Amino acid sequence: MKYEIVVGLEVHVELSTKTKIFCSCTTEFGGEPNTHCCPVCTGMPGTLPVLNQSVVEYAIRAGLATNCAITRNTKFDRKNYFYPDLPKAYQISQLYLPICRNGGIEIQVGDQKKVIGIHEIHMEEDAGKLVHDPLEDCTLADYNRCGVPLLEIVSEPDFRSAEEVLAYLEKLKATLQYIGVSDCKMQEGSLRADVNLSVRPVGAQQFGTRTEMKNMNSFKAIARAIQSEADRQIGLLESGGQVIQETRRWDDNKGDSFAMRSKENAQDYRYFPEPDLPPVCISEEWIDRVRKGLPELPDQKLKRYTQELGLSEYDTRMIIGTKAMADFFEATVTLCGQPKEVANWIMGDIFRRLNETDTQPEDMALKPEQLAKLIGLVEKNVINRNTAKSVFEAVFTQGVDPEVYVKEQGLEMVSDTGMVEAVIQKALEQNPQSVADYKGGKQKAFGFLVGQCMKELKGKADPKQINELLHKALGD
Amino acid sequence: MNIWELDALELGKRIKDREIGVAEAADALLDRIEATDGEVNAYVSTFRQEAAARAQQVQKMVDAGEGKGPLFGVPVSVKDNICVKGMTTTCGSRMLYNFRPPYNATVTDCLDKAGAVIVGKLNMDEFAMGSTTETSYMGVCKNPWDTSRVPGGSSGGAAAAVAASEAFYALGTDTGGSIRQPASFCGVTGIKPTYGTVSRYGVVAYASSLDQVGTLGRDAATVAASLDIITAKDAKDSTSVAHPDGGFYESLSGDIKGMRIGLPTDYFGEGLDPQVKEKVLAAAKQLEQLGAHVEEFPMPIVEYVVPAYYIISCAEASSNLSRYDGVKYGFRAEHYEDLYDLYLKSRSQGFGMEVKRRIMLGNFVLSSGYYDAYYNKALKVRALIKKAFDEAFQKYDMLLGPVAPTTALKIGENLDDPLKMYLGDIYTVSVNLAGLPGLSAPCGFDGQGLPVGMQLIGPAFGEKRLLNAAYAYQQVTDFHQKKPQ
Repeated sequence: MKYEIVVGLEVHVELSTKTKIFCSCTTEFGGEPNTHCCPVCTGMPGTLPVLNQSVVEYAIRAGLATNCAITRNTKFDRKNYFYPDLPKAYQISQLYLPICRNGGIEIQVGDQKKVIGIHEIHMEEDAGKLVHDPLEDCTLADYNRCGVPLLEIVSEPDFRSAEEVLAYLEKLKATLQYIGVSDCKMQEGSLRADVNLSVRPVGAQQFGTRTEMKNMNSFKAIARAIQSEADRQIGLLESGGQVIQETRRWDDNKGDSFAMRSKENAQDYRYFPEPDLPPVCISEEWIDRVRKGLPELPDQKLKRYTQELGLSEYDTRMIIGTKAMADFFEATVTLCGQPKEVANWIMGDIFRRLNETDTQPEDMALKPEQLAKLIGLVEKNVINRNTAKSVFEAVFTQGVDPEVYVKEQGLEMVSDTGMVEAVIQKALEQNPQSVADYKGGKQKAFGFLVGQCMKELKGKADPKQINELLHKALGD
Repeated sequence: MNIWELDALELGKRIKDREIGVAEAADALLDRIEATDGEVNAYVSTFRQEAAARAQQVQKMVDAGEGKGPLFGVPVSVKDNICVKGMTTTCGSRMLYNFRPPYNATVTDCLDKAGAVIVGKLNMDEFAMGSTTETSYMGVCKNPWDTSRVPGGSSGGAAAAVAASEAFYALGTDTGGSIRQPASFCGVTGIKPTYGTVSRYGVVAYASSLDQVGTLGRDAATVAASLDIITAKDAKDSTSVAHPDGGFYESLSGDIKGMRIGLPTDYFGEGLDPQVKEKVLAAAKQLEQLGAHVEEFPMPIVEYVVPAYYIISCAEASSNLSRYDGVKYGFRAEHYEDLYDLYLKSRSQGFGMEVKRRIMLGNFVLSSGYYDAYYNKALKVRALIKKAFDEAFQKYDMLLGPVAPTTALKIGENLDDPLKMYLGDIYTVSVNLAGLPGLSAPCGFDGQGLPVGMQLIGPAFGEKRLLNAAYAYQQVTDFHQKKPQ
């Protein structure tokens, strides 16, 4: 039997507000344990939460950027459970009236476009972190992360493949970065995803029994986890077994997932409205103000790059895939005014070098000024394309200024016509056979002669100029 | 006359006139507490050293003529669920027997600003859950009028201290009657203000949507002056609101002519002790003589208020008290196997019976499958209660009724019958559910010489009316001046 997989995602994003969601402690990552906390975020007796308005603003931004309806009267609820990283033993979250609902994001896999529904986005506080100390054999609690604002973005069960999931995550990540609500650094845990997955025979109407997988810290791990869990579920069904509704922990090193708890043992979170926080009323004016302040989003960029800048759709998608690269592209274009040239450099040498050095675009050292200068050098015929490539290597790896580097290394092209003509004359004299071949109709011989001249000029010549002067010397 | 016998406002005047020193007043009160509290057990802790240091600072301000307000320099005592930086805040529980908050409650800051000298923390039912102050881990508090009886609760220590002249005035909290009922049992005056007008920041939560800090004193004027001190909008409490009609003490006129007072007949039905009924109706007559119009009207919703209150308060409490898990502060069981066992043993040993009962009740009504049947239904009842009060206040400026069905009970009388104890809250809890102000003032004594209280209920922000009516009443009666032997 053929099966299809059905996946829904819960994505948690840490917001990049300066302060926490319910107190004025910093949200900065790192820091000595328990130095970024206060009586409020550690839930000391009698303390009360006060909502950070920027969190609401960021949530509205995220909602608008993902085509959600904004809930005008949104409320917080308490999710109750015991764990030492949760000092109040409840998390202030949203269940009944989440801030954003009924949105969607368009993704593209191959040539197929598809809209993934967003069920809701809600605001909540992050928990702390437990650290096991193997020396003392004890567990220590660090509450620095307690109260860092989170958005939980809950998709509809609209995914049918790991590729769709990845396309969605990439798009979501870029969107959230574009609107400046999160840095989405998976390695620091500021973007985390839980995967709900079931399988069903192709054509079936009913969903199968789903499992939830937690603890995935990279897109690649998510793709592997989806494949592995789909295989496991299909294997179970094929052998006459049943999928049990449970929460599973993905172990990326082992490439396998392990049962954490079944539905029967699932926690009853005893949600109820948070009495310490009044409802948040969001006015139409507030929503309008946020909408007007939104930056250009990926879909709008796609349209502008392809229609106004003349880039191909493929190149555009690659470039706008991360905010860092799109920002780099736009800054460089502003400096040198050659969008296609900039795109070519990004699609070619830049992506190649990022790949080779396993670097994320946001961590790239190359500056728009450097690329713009390099492009300018080519444009002004100071260096030729081949030289430009070697200059690029130096710029990328050593961070040199292209103009200074070209000067220091003496890489400017020889533009003195007399000198080029002398070199051509010499080449013709030293290669009579090639001259004869060319005159006999062999076009290849012309290329050989160009190569000889270029070699003599140590590559520092404009090929166009050599072509012209060589034709002239050969009497064409 | 001993300093501790003085009324709070009289003491405030003498401190201002520099006839009595701030330290002298604090010392005199602490001596009084030392002498008599062994019998009453109104205090959980006293701070002689800290009070002396603080009194010096306050005296300097008095000397410089910077003392503001009628209670400047007067010693105050606060219920042990109100955080005072560096001082143990036990909430009457083993769970917090050693907890010293590194922060002040906002009301504590307010007291500081008003030149108050905090002399001690007052006994209470564990986590403010109870109406007798018998559930305190720090021992039963006794009624100064008859030490075989309870002072009421949960602010029993506050009411008993004021009644026994062990406090000039006190801060208590009222979630379902916890200021008004002990005030009634101990023959003192107490007010539970409009929800939101006094900050809850730093007040250990029992039921967040119902908890409110208020004050207790020997008379309405003291209560008005002390309520002025703590009434303020607070940025640290999101449910806080600015009181649109403050300045309670200044506005006391004693004139209640034309005031329309409603008597809800359902507050005088079955279950009400005939002697209590008689005294409250007599108070109604007295108010009528002062020029008020008194009229009876039905308020049948009262039948549903106790279940609604216990469902909502226990639901919130079950969540609020989850943080006491033995991990971060307070009590931790000595021997445990693993994390679950640490939670289990710490909470089993750290909490008393009544607290556990309410946590279990709260968890039950919030659990999936029961939420709609209990919690949601209780919220609907709450809305109906609000509506009933709104309608009543279309016709009346305030309502008058009893505070509790009986006078002070014998110690141990209701402890094993929680249902009976809960029903004793029937006249007070609806005020909390509707977020309204309620005041309790002495209006007589029963055949056994135990105080009887009357309750005045006002619309939101109607504190001035209630305080003024009680003040007018106290100008022509002397129940509030009687003191236990």
